[in-house]
Amino acid sequence: MGRQLLINDLDKEGIATLAGYKAHGGYAALEKALKMKPEEVVSEVQKSGLRGRGGAGFPTGMKWSFIAKPPGVPRYLVCNADESEPGTFKDRYLMQRKPHILIEGMIISSFALGANTSYIYIRGEMMYQFHILEKAIQEAYDAGYLGKNILGSGYDLNLYVHCGAGAYICGEETGLIESLEGKRGNPRIKPPFPAVKGVWQCPTVVNNVETLAAVVPIINMTGDEYAKIGIGKSTGTKLISASGHINKPGVYEIELGLPVEEFLYSDQYCGGIRNGKKLKAVVAGGSSVPILPGEKLLKTPKGEPRLMSYESLSEGGFGEGTMLGSGGFIVMDEDTSVVKNLWNFTRFYHHESCGQCSPCREGTGWMEKILHKFLDGHGTMADIDLLWDIQSKIDGRTICPLGDAASWPVASAIRHFRSEFEEYVKNGENMRDIQHYYRVNNLQPA
Amino acid sequence: MAEIKPIKFSDEALSLCHKIMKRYPEGKQKSAILPVLHLAQAEFGGWLSAPVMDYVSSLLSIQPVEVYEVASFYSMYNLKPVGKCVIEVCRTGPCWLMGAEDLVKFIEKKLNIKEGQTTADGMFTLKTVECLASCGTAPMMQIGETYHENLTFEKCSDILDNYKAKGENVSHWRKERITNHSDIKQ
Repeated sequence: MGRQLLINDLDKEGIATLAGYKAHGGYAALEKALKMKPEEVVSEVQKSGLRGRGGAGFPTGMKWSFIAKPPGVPRYLVCNADESEPGTFKDRYLMQRKPHILIEGMIISSFALGANTSYIYIRGEMMYQFHILEKAIQEAYDAGYLGKNILGSGYDLNLYVHCGAGAYICGEETGLIESLEGKRGNPRIKPPFPAVKGVWQCPTVVNNVETLAAVVPIINMTGDEYAKIGIGKSTGTKLISASGHINKPGVYEIELGLPVEEFLYSDQYCGGIRNGKKLKAVVAGGSSVPILPGEKLLKTPKGEPRLMSYESLSEGGFGEGTMLGSGGFIVMDEDTSVVKNLWNFTRFYHHESCGQCSPCREGTGWMEKILHKFLDGHGTMADIDLLWDIQSKIDGRTICPLGDAASWPVASAIRHFRSEFEEYVKNGENMRDIQHYYRVNNLQPA
Repeated sequence: MAEIKPIKFSDEALSLCHKIMKRYPEGKQKSAILPVLHLAQAEFGGWLSAPVMDYVSSLLSIQPVEVYEVASFYSMYNLKPVGKCVIEVCRTGPCWLMGAEDLVKFIEKKLNIKEGQTTADGMFTLKTVECLASCGTAPMMQIGETYHENLTFEKCSDILDNYKAKGENVSHWRKERITNHSDIKQ
């Protein structure tokens, strides 16, 4: 097992409390950071090569360096805890078990950015975790890690939790900002970027939970040391949420660069496909990234073993590769219907489209209907081309990436599994009967 | 005709509401709308009627339409009356792979309702929802703030029987949730 920097010590008693967290080295990074200059903290994060863990993989240090500093205007740091990408559950896992690592990371990051008020935007469904964070923040206030003059450094910070109310789109940073302002979560046109005009028109940085938590080990071990972990431009560790037809679903912390095959089949991680079945396909980075057939996931187009890293997973472009995304690793066994799974994902994007841009609003619903036609046995060969056509006209033509996220799964499913669509067309009505063949052994039909 | 009660928060809820509003900068109290609507939903029977939304708008000094447009956007707000206990079954991707569709059918059969409906005794409402970030423990359902994970038909059946035996209102919101630190103002 590789190094663990975020979910280590989870077995230690009381790690969710401030006392337990401190007993295992917690808040040492904060004490260290407050003795540095804010620019030095930013520079450490730049050196670490840390990339946004929410899905986009944008270098965090660079994002921070963009923040505008007009005099007299407050700056804000907002933590994106609106984890709702299907297949992703690492942030919930981390916040529930080790809330103080997020709080410590947020204090250090707010200090680096010069923010005196910060928010954690947590999705409304995670009310349980909301409560855990509220309690942890109260502990941090009582210990002098939050509030006025933190640890005598002269730096003030207030940290609040804000809850959403059920909308995938609020995980997009400008949608999140609109939602934090008390509006519908309709993403904004960029520019201006949030670093210039974000929440309440003030400079704002929005970072994922895991990204902010990773700042803690970076400060502890220095950016240069952190950059030594991982491979190439994929530095450090990453939390991977593994789900679907595997023996050991759960959250795993890996050093980036771990071979995909080892991750999937090793007993330390996923433990292979359940019930002795064969691997069919994997969605490697949350539902939005292209689906890949097993053999293309395990080997790059050059025939080399594929690694769990930003670069290796995307090798071969969209034709032959996929993306690391948020690290939502969804595994499908040989009995899974890719067409039906695609219908399920497309229904999700249709449901979650905010409705601002016509290609996404109309296109996602249209694709859902066509896929439903396949499942009902009425799909035609022309429908496959129509689906391809619709997705190609959503991709890149919307304000936010939800449109792209809705089109990529469709494009990749047709690209890699066209024959399965054709099977639905040829067999027509008969396909209805096998729609439930994915049933797992412990769930009998109602 | 049902008795018309004036719509007003209890003193406790009102003080919570003010605490929440203090978390945002001066003049930006509209930001409190999402948490305050959760609070209102818990206070007024699990759903948001037009008079309740009007009341929230008066608390936040904004126009009623600003509340309506928000309440209708987010899936956690119920704009129609619901049962005491709302069952939210995740239906997306990984949960679907692990049998969420059959789980919904099972609950429909057990409670003799369809998705979106409420049982005749007003105890349960069945909803299907999108990914709840519990993919590693699929299939799952949420009731109030509790995630019930790794469900089998048997387990699900027992859980529902327990809620029915208790017969209590279950909401997402818990009152002790807002701790005192929001009183600290810069």
